[in-house]
Amino acid sequence: MKKSPIVTVVAIGIGAALFFVLGRFVAIPSPVPNTNIALQYGLCAFMTVLFGPVAGALIAFIGHTLIDFSYGWGIWWSWVIASGVFGLLFGFASKKIKLADGEFGKKDILRFNIAQLCCHLVAWGLVAPTLDVLMFAEPANKVYLQCLVGGISNIVTTAIVGTLLCLAYAKAKPGKGSLKEEK
Amino acid sequence: MNDPIIRFEHFSFQYHAQAEPTLHDVCLSVRKGEKLLICGPSGCGKSTLAHCINGLIPFSYKGEIGGSLTIAGRESRELGIFEISRTVGTVLQDTDGQFVGLTVAEDIAFALENDCVGEPELHERVRTAAALVGVEDHLSHAPGELSGGQKQRVSLAGILVDDVEVLLFDEPLANLDPATGKQAIELIDEIQKETGAAVIIIEHRLEDVLHRHVDRVVLMNGGRILADTTPDELLAGELLRENGIREPLYITALKYAGVSVTADKRPDHIETIELSEEDQARVRAWFQSVPPAPEKPETPVLLAAEGVRFAYPNGREALAGLSLAVREGELSAVVGTNGAGKSTFCKLLCGFETQQEGTLRFAGQDMAELSIKERADRIGYVMQNPNQMISQTMIFDEVALGLRTRGVPEEEIRRRVEETLKVCGLWPFRSWPVSALSFGQKKRVTIAAILVLEPQIIILDEPTAGQDYRHYTEIMEFLLALNRRGVTVLMVTHDMHLMLEYAGRAIVFSGGRLIADAPCAEILTDETVIRRASLKETSLYTLAQRCGIDDGQAFVQRFIDYEREAVRT
Amino acid sequence: MRPLFNYIDRPSPVHRLTGAAKLVSMLLWTLAAMTTYDTRLLALLAVGGVALFAAARLRIADVSFLFGFILVFMVLNNLLVFLFAPEHGVSIYGTRHVLFSLGGRWVVTKEQLFYHLNLLLKYCAMIPVVMAFICTTQPSEFAASLNRIGVKYTVAYSVALALRYIPDVQRDYHEISQAQQARGIEMSRKESLIKRLKSASAILIPLILSSMDRIEVISNAMELRGFGKNKKRSWYMARPFTAGDVLAMILCALLFAAALILNRLNGGRFYNPFV
Repeated sequence: MKKSPIVTVVAIGIGAALFFVLGRFVAIPSPVPNTNIALQYGLCAFMTVLFGPVAGALIAFIGHTLIDFSYGWGIWWSWVIASGVFGLLFGFASKKIKLADGEFGKKDILRFNIAQLCCHLVAWGLVAPTLDVLMFAEPANKVYLQCLVGGISNIVTTAIVGTLLCLAYAKAKPGKGSLKEEK
Repeated sequence: MNDPIIRFEHFSFQYHAQAEPTLHDVCLSVRKGEKLLICGPSGCGKSTLAHCINGLIPFSYKGEIGGSLTIAGRESRELGIFEISRTVGTVLQDTDGQFVGLTVAEDIAFALENDCVGEPELHERVRTAAALVGVEDHLSHAPGELSGGQKQRVSLAGILVDDVEVLLFDEPLANLDPATGKQAIELIDEIQKETGAAVIIIEHRLEDVLHRHVDRVVLMNGGRILADTTPDELLAGELLRENGIREPLYITALKYAGVSVTADKRPDHIETIELSEEDQARVRAWFQSVPPAPEKPETPVLLAAEGVRFAYPNGREALAGLSLAVREGELSAVVGTNGAGKSTFCKLLCGFETQQEGTLRFAGQDMAELSIKERADRIGYVMQNPNQMISQTMIFDEVALGLRTRGVPEEEIRRRVEETLKVCGLWPFRSWPVSALSFGQKKRVTIAAILVLEPQIIILDEPTAGQDYRHYTEIMEFLLALNRRGVTVLMVTHDMHLMLEYAGRAIVFSGGRLIADAPCAEILTDETVIRRASLKETSLYTLAQRCGIDDGQAFVQRFIDYEREAVRT
Repeated sequence: MRPLFNYIDRPSPVHRLTGAAKLVSMLLWTLAAMTTYDTRLLALLAVGGVALFAAARLRIADVSFLFGFILVFMVLNNLLVFLFAPEHGVSIYGTRHVLFSLGGRWVVTKEQLFYHLNLLLKYCAMIPVVMAFICTTQPSEFAASLNRIGVKYTVAYSVALALRYIPDVQRDYHEISQAQQARGIEMSRKESLIKRLKSASAILIPLILSSMDRIEVISNAMELRGFGKNKKRSWYMARPFTAGDVLAMILCALLFAAALILNRLNGGRFYNPFV
C-alpha cells in the first residue's frame, strides 16, 4: 500500500467509520446480561499497527465520540479520551511490527499482545477512572471496577480479533516465494 | 493541428515491487479535442498508463521511468501531482470511492475547496458544473440517495469545476446498466463538444463506447501498444480477437456470414456501416442456413414465487406482488434497473428478509418454515465481490467453512471439499493461500464454498463484473459446465452479452414486479421491455433490419444458437 | 435503517445558527455541566437544555428511539454508585442524616439521595443539549465547523469521511454477515464466547480487509482532486457568523464562567445544603 499523508487522513476516516459500526451495531452478547462485547478495539489495534500512533489515537477518539453521539447520552469525555490514549500509546508500542510489509510472525504476535495489554491497562486502569473521578466525582471504587471490567473485555477482544486481523492481513499480502501448482 | 497535450516517447515504467517493467516503449500522443479509446485485456498495462497520465505515477506509486512523458509541453516527473491535476481530470471506476463529499454539492466543490476558492465564486461554479451534467436538482442529496449513473455524473462535475484540458475515464461503464451506460457515453460526447477537452476512455467494452464517434483506438497488451489507429481499421482486422477484446456483435455476425469487413466500409457503427447488396444477401443466406436449435423439454418447477410483497421498514415497497417460476436445470438471467427488486428477491429467497405477503416455494414446499441455514442447503448465494465473502486464509478452509459449521465429520469434509475443488478447477491450488489467487480464481473459490453444500440452485450477483473477455469466458464456461451437471443457475446481471450468450431466458423485473420472462432473443428485441428494464437493443437486431430480415428476433436467436453450437464446441 | 445522526429539517432559530457556533456552544455548555456540581446551576442547565430542545422545535418522538439506551444507562449508573459507595454522599457533604436501612452497609442517607439527585441533574443538563445539537446540525456542516474552531483541516476531513462512509460500511457489514450466516456462522448466545468471537472474525475479516482496499482508492481520488495542496482549504458548507451566533457563544461562555465562579464560591464543586 502506498504511504502518504492523504492515506493517513483516509485511513482515519474509514477506521473511525468501522470503529463506529462495530461499536454500535456489531453487538456480541456477553455472558453478563445486558452488556455487549466491544470488538472495535481489535480493529483499532490492527489499524494502529498499520497506520501509526496518530491514526490510532484519532480513529479511537473520533469513532468513540460518534458512538456516544449516536446514543444521545452526551459525550462521555473520560472514556473517549481513554480510547484515544489507547490508540496513541499502542501506536508507539507497536512501532516495531512491520505488518505493512506482510510480516506478522510468532514474535510479533507476542509483541502485539504484550503491547495491547499494557496500553489497555494504562487507558482503562488509569486514564479513564481518574478522569471519571475528576470530571464526575463518582465514587472511586465503582469507577475502577467499571473501567476494569471494560478494560479486561477490551483486552480479550483485542487479543482475539486484533491478532486474527493482523494474521489475515499478513497472509493476504501477495505471497513471497514461489507457489507451485500440484497435480 | 495543435500541439499534443500528452506525449509519450519511448516511455517505460517498472514498479519498484515488480521484477518486470509494466510498460514497454510506449509512444503515444493525444491532442486537444481528440477522443481516444484505450482497450486491452486485464493486466495489459492500461491502468498503469492511466496512472502515468494523471500523475499517480510517479508521485504516489514509485518506480523506474524510462523515456519521456510530457503533459502540456512539460516533463511530467518535473511537475507535481497537483499541477498535473489542473490539466488532467480523472473519473475513477469506483464511483463510491470517488464520491468523498457528504452531499452532491460538497463533492463537486471538493477540488475548489482545496484551492481555497471562497464565496460567492464557490457556489456559483458548483452550480454551473452541476448544470453541465444535469444534477443541479440533487445538490443536497447524499450519495446513498443516488443511482450509479448519477454518482458518475457527480464525479464528472467534480472535475469539470476546474477547466481541465484532458478528461480521463477509467472504465466508465463497469458499474452501469446498459441504458445508463449508453447515456454516459452520450454525456461524455456532449461534454467534449462543449469544453473542447481531449477525452481518454479506458474500457474493454468496445461496442458500447463506439456508440458515439471515437477518433482513435489504442490497443494494448503485455505493456505494449499494439495498435493506434481508427476504429474502422481496427475492426477490419483480427487484432482485437487475438488480444482478447470482444468485437461488436454485428461485426462478429458479419464475419460468421462470410462478409469481409474492411475499413472503407466504415464498420465503427452499425447505423453507418456500408453493406452492399451482396453482403446483405450473404447475411440472409447465413441466417437461413443455420438450423434452429432443438427445443429443450420442459422440466418441473423448482422455485416458485406467488404474489410476493415486501416493503422495507422505511416504507419503500421493493416487491409489489411478484410471481414467477424457475424450472429445474435452467440457466437464467435476472435483469432490471437498480431498485427493481432483484436483490430484494434474492434476500427473500435466502431468508435474510421475510416477505409480508405471498409465498415462496422450493420444490413444492413452502419455504416459510426454513431457517437461513436450511435454505442455504438448497439455495446458494454468491456475492458480487469475492473479497467480501472470503474469511479464511487457505483455500481448503474457505471451502470447508460451511461444512464445518454444520458439524459434518472431518473425514467427509475432506472428501467433499476435494471433490468440489476438482469440479471448480482449483485442485492444483488446493494448498495455496487465497491471497495468491487472481480475482477470477477467488470468485471460483467463493462459488466452490457454496457448491460444497450441494445446493440445487445457485444465485450469482454479477458473476463477471470487472472481468475482461478471457476471464469472463472462463467463469461463464465454468458455470455452464456446472449447469450441465444439473445445478440450476440464476445470474443477476446488467451484462447484455452475458444474457445473450449464456442465459436460456431472462427474468425481467421492473418496479417490484415481473414484466417479462422469455428467451433472451425475445427480450432484447422487445422495445417496451428494453425501455422499462433499462436495457439496450442489441446491434444484431439492427443488423437484421439492415439486411432485410423481417424476423429480427429469430435472427438474434440464430446467432446465439450458432455461437453455442458451431463456435464454442 | 434509521439514520443515526438524525438531522431534522424543521426550520427554527436553533437550526439557523451556524454549525461552528453551535459546536462551540455545545462544548461550553457540556463543559459547564461537567465542571459544576452546584445543584442550582445544574437545575438551570437542565431546564435551559429542555427549553432549547423545545426552541429547536424538536419533539420527544424524534428522539424517543434513544430513550431506552439512556434510561438503562442512567439507572444502571445510579444503581452501581449506590451499590459500591452508599456512603459517597456522606463523604462529600460531611454530614449523615440516616433515612432507613436496606440491610448491611446499604443505609440510605439524605446526603446520598441528594448526591444521586445531582448526578441525575447532571445527565439532564447534558443530554437535551447534545440531542438538540445533533438534530439541528447537518453532518456536512460539522466538519467545516471543526476546522473553523481550530481543528486541523485534515483531521476535520477525516471526520467528514467517517460520516460519509458509515452508511457504506454499515451496508457492507449487513450484506457480509448475511452471506456468512447462510454458511452457518452464528453469533447467538447458544455458542461459547470464544466461538462467538471467532464467528465475528469471519465477518470482520472480509469487511475490514475490503475496507483497506477502499482506503487506497479514496486517497487516490482525493489526491487527484488536490486534497492537501494548501495549508488551509475553504468549505462549501461554511457560513459567516451572525449576531445570533455570537450571542449564543457568549451566553454559553457565561454559563461556563458561572460554573467556575460557583466552584470558587462554594469552596469546591459541590453546593452543600447540609451545613
